[in-house]
Amino acid sequence: MSATRSLHLSAEIGGPPHFDAAHYVSLARLAERGTLDFVTLSDTFARPGPDALAVLSRVAPATERIGLVPTVTTTHTEPFHVSAAVATLDWVSRGRAGWAVDVSTGEAEARLFGRRSAAPGDDLWHEAREVADVVGKLWDSWEDDAEIRDSSTGRFIDRDKLHYVDFKGRTFSVRGPSIVPRPPQGHPVTVIDATADAARAAAVRHADIALVRTDTPTAARAAREEIRDRARAHGRDPDRLSVLAALPIELHTTADAVDLAGLVGDWYEQGAVDGVHLLPADVERDLGFVVDGTVPLLQHRGLLRRFYPGATLREHLGLTRPVNQYARAGESS
Amino acid sequence: MTKQIHLAAHFPGVNSTTVWTDPRSRSQIDFSSFEQLARTAERGKFDFFFLAEGLRLREHKGLIHDLDVVGRPESLTVLNALAAVTDRLGLAATVNATFNEPYELARRLATLDHLSAGRAAWNVVTSSDAFTGENFRRGGYLDRADRYKRAAEFVETARELWDSWTPEGTSRPFSHHGPHFDIEGEFTVPRSPQGHPVVIQAGDSDEGREFAAASADVIFTRHGTLEAGRTFYADVKARLAAYGRDPDDLKIMPGVTFVLGETAADAQERAAEIRKQQVSPQNALLALEQIWGRDLSAYDPDGPLPDIDPDPDSGLVQGRVRIADPFAVAAKWRALSEEKGLSIRQTVIETSTRQSFVGTPQSVADELDTFVQTEAADGFILVPHLTPGGLDDFVDQVVPLLQERGAFRTEYAGTTLRSHLGLPEPVWKG
Repeated sequence: MSATRSLHLSAEIGGPPHFDAAHYVSLARLAERGTLDFVTLSDTFARPGPDALAVLSRVAPATERIGLVPTVTTTHTEPFHVSAAVATLDWVSRGRAGWAVDVSTGEAEARLFGRRSAAPGDDLWHEAREVADVVGKLWDSWEDDAEIRDSSTGRFIDRDKLHYVDFKGRTFSVRGPSIVPRPPQGHPVTVIDATADAARAAAVRHADIALVRTDTPTAARAAREEIRDRARAHGRDPDRLSVLAALPIELHTTADAVDLAGLVGDWYEQGAVDGVHLLPADVERDLGFVVDGTVPLLQHRGLLRRFYPGATLREHLGLTRPVNQYARAGESS
Repeated sequence: MTKQIHLAAHFPGVNSTTVWTDPRSRSQIDFSSFEQLARTAERGKFDFFFLAEGLRLREHKGLIHDLDVVGRPESLTVLNALAAVTDRLGLAATVNATFNEPYELARRLATLDHLSAGRAAWNVVTSSDAFTGENFRRGGYLDRADRYKRAAEFVETARELWDSWTPEGTSRPFSHHGPHFDIEGEFTVPRSPQGHPVVIQAGDSDEGREFAAASADVIFTRHGTLEAGRTFYADVKARLAAYGRDPDDLKIMPGVTFVLGETAADAQERAAEIRKQQVSPQNALLALEQIWGRDLSAYDPDGPLPDIDPDPDSGLVQGRVRIADPFAVAAKWRALSEEKGLSIRQTVIETSTRQSFVGTPQSVADELDTFVQTEAADGFILVPHLTPGGLDDFVDQVVPLLQERGAFRTEYAGTTLRSHLGLPEPVWKG
């Protein structure tokens, strides 16, 4: 791990359901004051709460730098719609979007849609991998310079820079191209909780950020090494996949915030993780302690940056903008 | 008392009317464009901001159509973001009832309604073709009757979900068992400040009118003459009683364009210039090919119409509404072209939709008001030919005149879209 790299710090801002925008805006702004890389907002069709992607779209114009990562499930949704919505979150946030990929398990969720029965987790994660794959293809289905506005020929776009994806998975197929032009980050950032095996298989292929729930730095380091090795085996550069420990926190005093800084800093310095994703027990209280207590200490130790060096979530994460898979194919042919 | 006009702003998405060659035309995708047009509409005290939808890029001769504005963001996501930069403006998303599922869409709409504090609207549209279906799990083809049945059941189901929470905020289990949807469980979002999102229905067809009369809050129509408007208005309003509804429960809002000038002649000149920009030589040939169903690229757009017959079964055109009788249209165009000595391009300009309201701010204000006071419309959805600045002149010059004559609000009376439209909050059906 290079000394110039900053540890990555992020937090979940969900919790008991709220339906007013002000609640989420104030939490995202608080996290932004702490220069966190991103906030996540978890979601499921099964329990009270608003649509997470909608909430973070509402938050986008009310914030400037913080990355916005809603959970978007892949089991009952249309991959084409998922691709368009996440790309649009990237447009409205000017390059700060991500999505946390998850699946919907259980018969109760299946009954909300009535289209299919509940399936085993392995099948759902296999499908999630296919969705992540086709969503990436749809994001690339417009090359960056497809819009030409050439008045001499009357053409608004160069159709040679638009691509059918022609994806056929086990449970769906998509012809493409996307309706939405390629988003500002090329690909919004993909986050996957890689704790369970089936999800880890998706993370090593598709995630930019893998989360692991673990109690010890030793276990975290083992998970990180495994994830990096498997990503490498899939032909990926493991340095383009950050592994963050997902840490439940409950902070009641400034001393707790100091302890958290010690723990996070130690795990990071030992090379166990690239950073941490905080899961607060009480988000308003805990995030306040993190931003005012933990963050300054990590900055003081030189582990955490003091300001956002760039504007996009990829820039916060030190990730380059992905090469367009179709543009690349075109060049080599 | 003067009847109040309702006004909405359309951000044109994929279309051939946006004059993208104009130096003032800016991005069709950057959020700043949406923000600017929405802020202008709110400055003008408009009822709502309206976004259309696309689910597959259109094709012509088997190739992606490249002459029109192409590419747009996903509507509900943009509107949630616009909720952050506006306070009162209603936010209307066109979302297809064929390639979505009630639970997910009802949830997304209810969320927008909460996050905007009661400003959400849903324009219900349907799709029939397997061409669009190739992008979706749902896939397939629905005939006209079935897609309206599915849409009607979709709206009914969404309302059941929105009503599954009591007005006091208690969630109760729902179950819907119908021919198209067989679902049950618990909805995740309580009732919003306006009860339900406003439901808009687009359609001039008999099925569309009936669907709207039964169930919609707003009907989005084509614009015609004053007389045609009155006939449509009377017909649709008369259908409401059969469903136990009051004529005021459904607002009729045609989509219209406008061109303003300092004098009537100036406005006409501008309008003609805009038509020329909209119908480029390439667009003229394209319009012709869509009727003829043939490759006509060898023809000169400044020359005469082809003397060959249309080929309606060529499959040349995909993703567009088909022309009902191409032979009749072709014959009409030929006759017009011969009578007036028009070229291909001039014929297309002459026959395609022209600007609805052309004149000075005063004359346009008069005309709009006449439509509303004489029951040809309850208001209008304005479609500017330039984004994002195309409403500036209307808001600065026409709105004040409508306000002076007491036909349009000077301040929002309420905070929700239902209050702007004068629609009652839906009765809870628990």
